Amino acid sequence: MKLARKDILGIKELSVDEINLILDTAESFIEISTRDIKKVPTLRGKTVINLFYEPSTRTRTSFEIAAKRLSADAVNISASTSSVVKGETLIDTAMNLEAMNPDIIIMRHSAAGAPHILSGLIKQSIINAGDGAHEHPTQALLDMMTIREKKGKIEGLKVAIVGDIAHSRVARSNIYGLTKMGANVTVAGPATMMPRDIDKLGVRVCYHLEEAIKDVDIIMVLRIQLERQENNIFPSLREYSNYYCLNARNITLAKDDVLVMHPGPINRGVEIAPDIADGSHSIILDQVTNGVAIRMALLYLLTG
Amino acid sequence: MKTGKVVLDADGIDRSITRIAYEILERNKGVEDLVLVGIRAGGVSLAEKLREKILRIEEADVPVGILDITLYRDDLLTTNRKPQLGKTDIPFSLNNKKVVLVDDVLFTGRTIRAAMDALIDFGRPKLIQLAVLIDRGHRELPIRADFVGKNLPSSLWEEVSVNLTEANERDEVVIEDE
Repeated sequence: MKLARKDILGIKELSVDEINLILDTAESFIEISTRDIKKVPTLRGKTVINLFYEPSTRTRTSFEIAAKRLSADAVNISASTSSVVKGETLIDTAMNLEAMNPDIIIMRHSAAGAPHILSGLIKQSIINAGDGAHEHPTQALLDMMTIREKKGKIEGLKVAIVGDIAHSRVARSNIYGLTKMGANVTVAGPATMMPRDIDKLGVRVCYHLEEAIKDVDIIMVLRIQLERQENNIFPSLREYSNYYCLNARNITLAKDDVLVMHPGPINRGVEIAPDIADGSHSIILDQVTNGVAIRMALLYLLTG
Repeated sequence: MKTGKVVLDADGIDRSITRIAYEILERNKGVEDLVLVGIRAGGVSLAEKLREKILRIEEADVPVGILDITLYRDDLLTTNRKPQLGKTDIPFSLNNKKVVLVDDVLFTGRTIRAAMDALIDFGRPKLIQLAVLIDRGHRELPIRADFVGKNLPSSLWEEVSVNLTEANERDEVVIEDE
C-alpha cells in the first residue's frame, strides 16, 4: 500500500481510500509516542524542512516531533529570521532549499496556492501546513482521526463548524474531508463570515449557533482571528461572543455525548467558554496528540 | 501453476506447539519473568496458541505482546512498495524479562533482526529467545532459532505458508511451487 502522490496539498484531491489509508497508518503510529524511547529508525538519513511564513506553535512543533520520532533530520525555517526579510522571493528560497537535497518540504504560507506553485517547480514532496484561507489538510486529517477514534466512525455523524468560515482553511479542509467520509456538515457564523456559495460544497448553512448545534454529534469551534477585527467583519468581540460563544447553556442543545473540537489557539471566552474548553465534552488535546501521529503517517507514506 | 503440498497438518502443528511449550518451560525453568511476543502477522496466533499450552501445562498465564516490525525493516527505503503498517501492542515492561519472540516461519532472518532492534527500544530484556513453527533455511544473517517446530529445507522459489485458525482443526503448513 502506497500513497500514489508526491505531495499533500489539500483534502479536496484525496480519495476516500487515501484518507482511510492515512488514518489507519496514523493509528499505528500512536503507540510510538507512548514509549519511553519515542523513536523508530524508519526515516534515518531523510531530511525534512519546515518552511513557515506564518507564525505557528502547534503545527510546526508537531511536524518537527513527527520527523524526529521517525529519525529524520528536521530543519526549521521561519520567514522572520530567513532571507525573506532580505527580499528573496518564495521561488528563489525554494530552489535554494531544493539544491540542498531535502526529502520533504513542509510549508505554511499566507497566500493560497503557494505550496501548489512550488510543487510544480521542485522535485521534493511538499506537505501543505496551511495556505492562506485555502486548505490545512493535516488539521482536517487529525480532526477526522480524532472523530473516528472517539465515535468509531465518521459516516452519518452530524457535525457543526462554527465561526469565521470565510477566513478558515481549517473549515474548508474539514468540509471537503467530512463530506467525503459521509458526515452531515453544518456551518454557522455571522453573515459577514460566511462565504457566498459555501452550500455548493454540500453543507447546510446556518446563521444562528443554536440552530446549527441542535442534536449534533460534533461541534468544531473555529478561532476568531482577532487580527481581522480591523476589517469590520464583526462590531466587537463582546457582540460576537454574545451570539456565537459555545457555553454550558447552549451546548445542551447538542446530543448528550457531543464532542467539542478546536484547532487552537483558543480565545477563552470569545468563541468558547473556558469551562467547555476544559470540560468533559472537549477533545481538544486529543486532537493535538493525534496530530503527531497523522504527520508521522504522512512523512512515512510520502518517502521511499 | 501453483501446486501445494501439505507438510504439516492440524495434529502435527498441535504436537509441535505442545513440544515447543514444554521446551520453553524446561529451558526457562518455569514461567517466572517469561513473556511471549508474537511478530505480526504470522507470529501473533502462534504466540496465542503457545500461551494456551503453557496455561494448560503450568496453570500460569504468561503475558503476550504483539510486535509490528515494519518501521524497523531494512528494505523500506529501497523498495517501492509500502507494507501496510500494523499496530504494536506490548502492554507490559520488557525490562529484565525473558522474552520469547514468536514467528511462524524463519527464513532470511531479517525479520528477526528488525524485531530484536524493536524490542531493545522497549527496554532491556534479560534475554531474548526465538520460537518458530517452521525453519526453512536460507539465512542471510547470523540468526538461529531456540525452539523449532519443524525444519523444512526448501528451495528459494518455493513458498511456505502457515495457516493457523482460531479453531485449530483446519491448521496446516503448505509448501507451494511457484
